[in-house]
Amino acid sequence: MKLIQAIPCLFAGLALSGLLAGCGGKDSENTLTILNYGKYLDPKAIELFEEETGIQVDYEEYVTPENMYTKYRAGAIDYDLICTSDYMVEKLIQEGEVLELDYGNIPLSENLDPAYFDFSKSFDPENKYALPYFFGTVGILYNKDMVDESKVNSWEILWDKTYSGQIIMADSVRDSFMVALKILGYSLNTTDKEKLEEAQDMLIRQKPLVYSYLVDEAQDEMISENAAMAVVYSGEAGYALEFNDKLAFSVPEEGSNMWIDSWFIPKSAAHKEHAEKFLNFLCREDISMMNFDYVYYATPNQKTKESLDLELQENTTIFPPNGVLENCEVLKPLDDEDTMELNLLWKEIKAAD
Amino acid sequence: MVKKSAERIYLSLIFLFLYLPIVVLIVLSFNDSKTKVQWGGFTLKWYRNLFSSSSIMEAFWTTIFLALASALLATLLGTLAALGIDAMKKRNQAIMIGATNIPLLNADIVTGLSLMLLFVRFTRLGMGTVLIAHITFNIPYVILNILPKLKQSNRTTYEAALDLGATPLYAFFKIIWPQIRPGVFSGFLMAMTMSLDDFSVTYFTKGAGINTLSTMIYTEMRKGIRPEMYALSTILFLLALILLLFMNFGPSARKGKEER
Amino acid sequence: MHTQLRSLRRQLLAGPYLLWMAGFILLPVVMIFYYAFTTTSGHFTLLNISSIFASIHLKSLFLSLKLALACTAVCLVLSYPLAMVLNHMKTKNQGFIVFIFILPMWMNFMLRILAWKLLLSNNGVINTLLETLGLPGLDVLNTPSAVVFCMVYDFLPFMILPIYNAMSRIQPDIIEAAGDLGAGELTIFFKIIVPLTMPGVISGITMVFVPALTSFAISDLLGGGKVLLIGNVIEQAFMQEYNWNLGSGLSLVLMVFVIASMALVGSKGEEGGAGVW
Repeated sequence: MKLIQAIPCLFAGLALSGLLAGCGGKDSENTLTILNYGKYLDPKAIELFEEETGIQVDYEEYVTPENMYTKYRAGAIDYDLICTSDYMVEKLIQEGEVLELDYGNIPLSENLDPAYFDFSKSFDPENKYALPYFFGTVGILYNKDMVDESKVNSWEILWDKTYSGQIIMADSVRDSFMVALKILGYSLNTTDKEKLEEAQDMLIRQKPLVYSYLVDEAQDEMISENAAMAVVYSGEAGYALEFNDKLAFSVPEEGSNMWIDSWFIPKSAAHKEHAEKFLNFLCREDISMMNFDYVYYATPNQKTKESLDLELQENTTIFPPNGVLENCEVLKPLDDEDTMELNLLWKEIKAAD
Repeated sequence: MVKKSAERIYLSLIFLFLYLPIVVLIVLSFNDSKTKVQWGGFTLKWYRNLFSSSSIMEAFWTTIFLALASALLATLLGTLAALGIDAMKKRNQAIMIGATNIPLLNADIVTGLSLMLLFVRFTRLGMGTVLIAHITFNIPYVILNILPKLKQSNRTTYEAALDLGATPLYAFFKIIWPQIRPGVFSGFLMAMTMSLDDFSVTYFTKGAGINTLSTMIYTEMRKGIRPEMYALSTILFLLALILLLFMNFGPSARKGKEER
Repeated sequence: MHTQLRSLRRQLLAGPYLLWMAGFILLPVVMIFYYAFTTTSGHFTLLNISSIFASIHLKSLFLSLKLALACTAVCLVLSYPLAMVLNHMKTKNQGFIVFIFILPMWMNFMLRILAWKLLLSNNGVINTLLETLGLPGLDVLNTPSAVVFCMVYDFLPFMILPIYNAMSRIQPDIIEAAGDLGAGELTIFFKIIVPLTMPGVISGITMVFVPALTSFAISDLLGGGKVLLIGNVIEQAFMQEYNWNLGSGLSLVLMVFVIASMALVGSKGEEGGAGVW
């Protein structure tokens, strides 16, 4: 009887002390709030950074660039550092939401191959805002036992009825439209309504064949052989190949999207120095290596690349060869109206039977 | 006799439906294989990984903290509120109960979104906002558990005690508290359960880097499944088993005796 | 006089809650209304509300209704006989058997979804089992059926418990008396058991139907991005498209739908002799 009465009191004490700890314990001065893609940074690197600097990292993940934009724009959380893709960085630069990087605080950025800074100039002309993180292409990850390899050189295979129920499409507006637009021979940045509707028709036609629309999960589904092929980013393919040797990767000949993901410091940043300290940390050779092992995308870090096995350096899945890249296009940001239009088309695809 | 065995078969079928998924999770938590289904030998490594993963353990403690803190504060606020509402006139009572019902009637997603809209307007999302949100959807369970007990209670005794010079606090603990105690406890437990199992409201009101088990598993599932999750399932299942066993043979057993 | 003062003082105890209610229950609802009736630039509009009639939104609303009805029906069909069977078993460990049926509900909601994903995927447990038996596999994952499956699994206890409670409150004497007066088993079932368990059935229905109608996580994780429920449309408006006004408008419509359907079920309940609450 006594014991039973004591239990709620015990709970009460615990909860209250927890509450106090929760409110008082957190030092908001010494934190860093990061927003990044899912599975895109080794958690061990964050722990190491916290140990080395004593800065507490609040780490948050998102799925698609549009998702990131919403989270940032909501203004509900003051992010200090964000990683996202080229066209989204460009959009936010245009909107005046990005702070200039102080390279004096990021001395290790010289580890990065200047070629990628040159590439970034397409959206950040003076390299003032964005620090390259990883890059790659979009292609088809397929299972050699289940797919006719002579046909994976074209996106059309994603419309092949023999693979009904075994195709994984990208659950991301721009990536899915890219595939259809490339087959039709249009630019993936077109805002022409008719062309987009043509692409939409194709994607609606494809829907009955699709097993699922996924982003980060696609890799796992392919490793477990739940599907025959999936539209994925190159690094994901590189990672999946390590776990299942029946898998292979191809960037179709119609061309594809080449992307580069970069870090930038948004205007909401309350801890700019911490953010720069973190960027410098990421460029450090050991950390960059650790991250490469974890995410398996092409790294712009020259030092890291040079220290890889030769076999890995020449792995064309991870490091796309020039021939492939020449055929690729970079995404450009759309204005609000076109974005809404595209979102609506995409929603109609998702709601179609 | 035929009827009896038909009943047995039906029970076992439902039993299978309820427990097969859990058994699968438990078996896979000991499976040493990267692909999801093949058996690759016995291992405990997912359990080791689980306990050394700071993100999972953090989510676990956040969940426990939120459940206890929100249930406790909701019980406090709710008990006071129930006492106050009970003393009100019929019409005011109806209004108060109507407003209290809003979070219960509303879909979780709408409760979560509306709170998010409010928080975004006036403050930043963080642990505080999740706690407020949990307290908000917990309070109605507490109030609705206590009010009926108050209705059944005998008011004149309390009045008499006051007339005879007892302080309100003394009279409360001597007379009202024993009558509403079961309601307060069941309200507290219900609030805790709701908080533990909540996903939608937390999803919309949490700040950066804060995860409860539900939101953590959701983000993990959207990234692909880690076998550590199976280990987590097994442990949570065992915890639930122990907790429910304790509750069934703890307070409820006591309540039974009291009623007799 | 004395008592009035006392009662007034006691009413003050509800003060903190009154403030809380104003701030965190009523104000958020006001916010939803505000966003629902304005454009991004803050002008009054009805477009967010009327956009429910856009074909995609109507489609997802109907799909949600369809799946929620299917889920409720399956839960009811499974639970009613189960409650009867449980009630019939007059054994000592009846409490323990009921306990067994609630236990899965205490597993985290997300983990229950995860379990179904593992069971249903192309190379999942069920298909592997079917394959070893030489049977053809199922393509259930990423279809509306998978979503209904998981909803039933998630919400079944909410249906079982109220029905079982109502059933166990029926006095055996009544049934015995009816039997003595010559009523057959069917008559007893339809004239006594069904009407007396109606309140339980109705609260079961509301407790299953509302979460099923408004769910978005289950369809998100088991629908493979192909099953777009109204909850998903709202979630995406808020989290992907940065269109809070549209999201609020649709939320408001959903709110009305939930309240209307509960009122409908509630009034039916009163005809049957008992209210929902």
